[in-house]
This record gives sequence, structure tokens and C-alpha cells, in this order.
Amino acid sequence: MPENPKTAVATGPAGDEANTIARILAGERELFHALIQPYEKCLYFAAFSLLKNQADAEDCVQDAVLKAYRALASFRRESKFSTWLATIVMNVARGRLRHDRVLEFQSIDHEPEEDESFTPAVISDWREVPLEVLERKEVREIIQQAIAGLPEKYREVFVMRDVQELSIAETAEALGITEGLVKVRLLRARLMMQKSLAPRLQTKRSGPFGFLRKEAGASWF
Amino acid sequence: MVLDCKHVWREISNYIEGTVDSKLREAVETHLAHCRHCAAVLDSTRNILVLVGDDRTFELPVGYSDRLHARLSEIMVEEAPGG
Repeated sequence: MPENPKTAVATGPAGDEANTIARILAGERELFHALIQPYEKCLYFAAFSLLKNQADAEDCVQDAVLKAYRALASFRRESKFSTWLATIVMNVARGRLRHDRVLEFQSIDHEPEEDESFTPAVISDWREVPLEVLERKEVREIIQQAIAGLPEKYREVFVMRDVQELSIAETAEALGITEGLVKVRLLRARLMMQKSLAPRLQTKRSGPFGFLRKEAGASWF
Repeated sequence: MVLDCKHVWREISNYIEGTVDSKLREAVETHLAHCRHCAAVLDSTRNILVLVGDDRTFELPVGYSDRLHARLSEIMVEEAPGG
């Protein structure tokens, strides 16, 4: 029985992907389905976070994936395929956002970085937040709204690093900005998210300073 | 090196990334050990990132993947990959 071309190749490791891309370019077009499959979820999350709309996000991913297929021969191995795809989605999303505000004159890339200091939310305690809270629709919506509320230049960086989980270097490459600027924007985005979400997600049950701290870098969950 | 709260906030993102040097990391941790507020800011920021990064935070529309691959299939029939 012939293998299903959508599942016949292992993708993920760069070597496998490079091999798959070579086979696609040599004529095995159907393998492109499997090549993008590991990323389609993340691409949607990124597009949704940027465009704030389900239908637009889906169109954006479809357009981006078609662009990637049509431009596959131009993919260079210096980049990871995932970064390349993320870059295309980002550019398509940016194009849609700019199209939606044609009267806006100044490019966001040329806005100066504000020098104001960001003050995080003052919270007295933060108990463990079980991941089960994500089963609650209102919690998911609160988080999505907080991301949607970030100014665009911060939202882009936050989505690439913390939603798509690209590295700092990959985020910089995808957005065409320096790693230093990624770090500056990421700090502001993360503190804005903390300020917006911490008071709302903080549990109220604990006594004075009832949260548990763990070592730096360790997960709480 | 003694840090005040504002300085710690400025480093929190890099601290979570693990990209601060050892001297600065030590100074941040010394501050955190004595400052409930900054410790709560760090913990809440880190927890929010865990929630944001969880697959359940965003829902895929029903049929999303099928529609994506169907559209791709239409193009693949007509076009070879290019570049």
C-alpha cells in the first residue's frame, strides 16, 4: 500500500527538511503538505495575534503558504525553514495591516523607540496558575485581548518570540531589525502583558505573600 | 553591584531569557531575595509567558487545516514550486 504523501516524510530536523525541499523541487510536489504541517498551527496563532481576526488570519496563512510554495527554490539554507515561513507570514500580515490603514503615513519601523520607563503591575502575590485555567474560554479571551492590545511593533516581537517561540536571532531576522531592538521591544511587550494580565489572572485565595518562588529559569508548573 | 527596582525591571526580560551575565544575574537575584514586589513581577511575567505559549490559548478554526491543504492542492496541480 503506498504511503500517504502527507505523512510519508519526517520533518523537523533541518537535514530532513533540506532533503524534503530538494525532493519537492525535483518533482515530488505533494511532499510540501508534510513540510508545512508541523508549522501550520503556529503560523495561524501568529497571524491571528497580528490581525486579530479569524478569517483574516486564515487567509493570511493560506496566502503565505502559497507564496512559500511558489518561492521554495529561493529558500536559502542559512535560515531555518520555520524562520523563513514565519517571515513570509509576518510580511503578508504586515501588508494586510498597512492596506487597512492606507492613510497612515509613517511606517512603524521609523517610529522612535520611546524612552519612557514601564512600570509593571503591583501585585502582592501570585499563586500558581494552573494551566487548566486555559480550559476556560474567558481566560483565553483575556490573554488574546491583551496580545491584541499591544502596539503593533511590540506585538510583532512578542508574537514571534513568545507565541511562535522563535529565538531572538530568528525574530530579528524575520522582522529585519537588530537583536538589540528585539530585546528592547520584547522587554516592553512582556511588561505590558504583565501589567495587563497579572491583576486579572492573579488568584485571590492566598494569604500574605502566598506565592511560591522557584529558582530562576525553572517552570512554575 | 546593587540594583534598584527599576533596574531589575529593565533586566527582567533578559533575565528570563538567561542572557544576562553572571555578575548581573547575581545582582538581580540578590535584589529578588529581598524584594517581594520584584519577585512577584518576575514570577507573574514568567507565568504569563507559560500561559501565552500554551497551545490551548489559541483555538484553530474548525476545518482550518483541511482548507489550507485543499487550497494548496489546487495550486500544486497547476504550478510547480518556483523561486
